[in-house]
Amino acid sequence: MTLALALGAAVARAPALARPAFAAAAESGDAASAAPSDLRLALVAVFVVVGTFFLAVGTLGLLRFPDVYNRMHATSKATTLGAASMFLAGFVRFGPYDAGLTCLVGIVFLFVTAPAGAHLISRAARKLGVPMYPDDENRNG
Amino acid sequence: MSELAAVYDLVLAACAAITALATLACAYRVAVGPTVPDRAVALDTIGTCVVAIVVLHALSSGRSFFVLVAVMLGIVGFVTTVVAAKYLTEGAIIE
Repeated sequence: MTLALALGAAVARAPALARPAFAAAAESGDAASAAPSDLRLALVAVFVVVGTFFLAVGTLGLLRFPDVYNRMHATSKATTLGAASMFLAGFVRFGPYDAGLTCLVGIVFLFVTAPAGAHLISRAARKLGVPMYPDDENRNG
Repeated sequence: MSELAAVYDLVLAACAAITALATLACAYRVAVGPTVPDRAVALDTIGTCVVAIVVLHALSSGRSFFVLVAVMLGIVGFVTTVVAAKYLTEGAIIE
């Protein structure tokens, strides 16, 4: 117990030893004042473009597919990938010492919750008796 | 440096505009969706698109606080989806 406390105090007293210099730079000023490098900006732009592409494709599937289940199939995967790519861009932009870890947590959260939500809605649609696309006419007729 | 920063700002603005248009297109499915689960799916998609827009705002303004806002919006959207599905299934949320 006391050993753990002493270790924790030692680690807390020497933060400059354990962490690289840019971590201290990221803490002293906010991320806007510390100008990111060109490579980092280019990588952020690539991730943002990929995420926008996936979001647009997911929305196109939501608009064009003929059925609740087909629409869910389109949106729950493509939109998750799009938002995860945006979060990856945030991780690249802000680095692992500022808000990048929050971005990674957001990615994990999206990958856990989006299939769960889509499954719940499709189960509700099935219980409501929403017909599937190929035998649409048979059920209504 | 300044030229690349200008291109970066332009790419971020264009992607934000495209994502906003996609969110508006989801609102079409909310309005005219033939069944109620259609509307729930469209609202879930709108929530995810809004999360992406907030992350884009955090990127373009350089303020990392908005990443937390995006994660919170994701949590609220998930809870909303679960509650909507439970309401559609059972007709009551708290019994």
